[in-house]
Amino acid sequence: MKKKRIKSPYASSLYWPAGILYMVLFFIPTVLSLFFSLTRWTLQEWEFIGIENFTLYFSEENLRIGFRNTIIYAVLTSGLKVIFALYLATFLSSKLRATGFIRSVLFFPTLVSTIGVGITFSVLMNPYEGIINAVIKSVAGFFGKTTDGPGWLIDPNLLPIVSIALVDVWKGVGIATLIYIAGMAAIPRDYYEASSIDGASTRQQFYKVTIPLVRPAMFSVIILSFVGGLRSFDLIWAMTGGGPGFISDVLASINYKQYTSGYYGLATAGNVILFVVVSILVFPLSRYLNKKEVVM
Amino acid sequence: MKIVRNSRLAKALMLGLPAVLASAMLAAPAQAATEITFQTWNSQVSQDQWNAMTAAFMKANPDITVKVSYVPGGVEGDALIKTQLASGTMADVFSYNVGALMQAIDPVRNLVNLKNEPWVKSVNSGFIPSATGPDGGFYAAPFGTAMGGGILYNKRIYAKLNLQIPLTWKDFMANNAKIKKAGIVPVISSWKDSWTAQLFVLGDHFNVAAAMPGFEEKFTGNKIVLAKNPSTLAGFQHLEEVRKAGYYNKDVAATTFAKALEYLALGKGAHYPMLSAGIDTIVANFPTKASDIGFMAQPGTNAKSNGVTVWMPAGVYIAKTTKNLEAAKKFVAWTVSKESFEVQNKVVPPSGPYFIKGAPVSGNLTGVFTDLYNYMQGKGTSYPALEFLTPVKGPNLSQICVEIGSGQKNALQGAQSYQKDLQKQSQQLGLAGW
Repeated sequence: MKKKRIKSPYASSLYWPAGILYMVLFFIPTVLSLFFSLTRWTLQEWEFIGIENFTLYFSEENLRIGFRNTIIYAVLTSGLKVIFALYLATFLSSKLRATGFIRSVLFFPTLVSTIGVGITFSVLMNPYEGIINAVIKSVAGFFGKTTDGPGWLIDPNLLPIVSIALVDVWKGVGIATLIYIAGMAAIPRDYYEASSIDGASTRQQFYKVTIPLVRPAMFSVIILSFVGGLRSFDLIWAMTGGGPGFISDVLASINYKQYTSGYYGLATAGNVILFVVVSILVFPLSRYLNKKEVVM
Repeated sequence: MKIVRNSRLAKALMLGLPAVLASAMLAAPAQAATEITFQTWNSQVSQDQWNAMTAAFMKANPDITVKVSYVPGGVEGDALIKTQLASGTMADVFSYNVGALMQAIDPVRNLVNLKNEPWVKSVNSGFIPSATGPDGGFYAAPFGTAMGGGILYNKRIYAKLNLQIPLTWKDFMANNAKIKKAGIVPVISSWKDSWTAQLFVLGDHFNVAAAMPGFEEKFTGNKIVLAKNPSTLAGFQHLEEVRKAGYYNKDVAATTFAKALEYLALGKGAHYPMLSAGIDTIVANFPTKASDIGFMAQPGTNAKSNGVTVWMPAGVYIAKTTKNLEAAKKFVAWTVSKESFEVQNKVVPPSGPYFIKGAPVSGNLTGVFTDLYNYMQGKGTSYPALEFLTPVKGPNLSQICVEIGSGQKNALQGAQSYQKDLQKQSQQLGLAGW
């Protein structure tokens, strides 16, 4: 079937401003970064070295940790946000008193500076002096047990990246909830009325009406939080700096460290790789979700 | 009542203001102050020092104003300074490390060669190599004092347990065993500020150089395998041995630099592998405890060769992009003058010798100063740290040290990772042999 090109109703001069902005701010930098990832550059000069940066990047010793953590972080933050936000949104869409106030409180962490949140939580999560372990210890003491509590950010295993992910969920769940609330508000009341006449319980309404119809919102939340998780950096940097050692490094923090060491070419290659990784994971996901939406 | 008075005041101001402005405008051409900008680190000690110094300089040179701005230390500061230099937005004068870090900011391209300045003759010869560029130019005026890389220790604990200053690593570990028995933490470390974890490795360079003469040249040319030489491996092994013996403080991974110094000052721990300048923080936070603290060189294998690894002071540089070169030079020359040192002594008592001949040293000198001074005056009891003798310095050493100290890697694996780190950095710098 041949597609017919529909002539735009607007004069092409109307497109120029946006077109120029797009070229200057997005297209040219993307092409340039592809080019500079093939060079060894300082801010003043460059030397073409082919794919050496990429081979060097893949020989990076801690890259495996970085990949593993990036995936764990993205899946964990995205998954928890999708689930928590759904329940929070259901709760906040109900006819409670002061929902406006509760919604604001829930949204508040999103407005606070990420670095500030990171520093605050690294103090709270200090295993020896932090309030979180103090509470755990006293609760354990109440049941006649003694414990040191977990070493949230200093454990030499997976715990640090999980701890940071939990803070990320706390900070970001407000936005996800907001998207869900908007999605729920768009569901026509008729479905609920019709189903209740048919004798559906509230639980059934939630699973059979709300969840299927809120799916577009859910997919937005999944995609947004997954991409956000994959390229997350600031919270991790503020809380552990990728440490102890390299145990909580993600791709973005590895790239950042290379940049600060003056390895500009290598860091550019790293960002190109991050871009490719995000694309490889997100495009199929997004296509799959879109398809489901259409089927529905 | 109040309103009336205020309106009268306003009238007086309105009448007076033009007169004031006119007189200011008339006076302006006579003063024509040149403004130069200066950038330094944002730590409290650094701010106090430079505020006092620039104030004194401007008092002595009313025709020049110095505007000070601050940048963070660590990797953030490194990245910022490189960007400022490359984009031509660096302050006229700025302070930064000398040695390998200076080589990394491309001195020949970015900095003004100060070789022919009159004050250069008074610079202590030990400082010269670390501020010399690949073209033989001399780029920095020394700022601050020498620092020793070794072990800060609590003298009270040493006296109470009747311990001797260890001259070999074996003696050091024997002391640690006794300290632990007494219920005190033998070795404090602070991995929350991961740079502090490097001292066992970097502070061991006196011993490495003693065991392997001509080391730096071979090292720069990639002819050393860290994991295969007992002396280069020793620093990494120390991190591992102390962990295996259980000598670190229990909360080591959550401890910060400031907290570690608190433990040392209050006698909760006996040793802290650190730069001697750590005493400045104790002087500021626990002034009454400063006299309890001493400084010792990091012991090696040979009791007969025992000495301290010395860190050079920071450098004061002039960026090539400056538009007020003469004023900038005048300011830099002033920072190494006698008046400048008198101001510095007043703000913080020096924790080590200055690198300008005849620089006055005064104030409440600490025991750490005396210990370091004695090492540096002695014959063959001090040697510069590796980073001042070669441009090769891997950026990931601190994290690798934390990995070894926390048992994620053993000493051998750590040394191998650091070798890879060095290789990457040297390739980026385009050094021969890598």
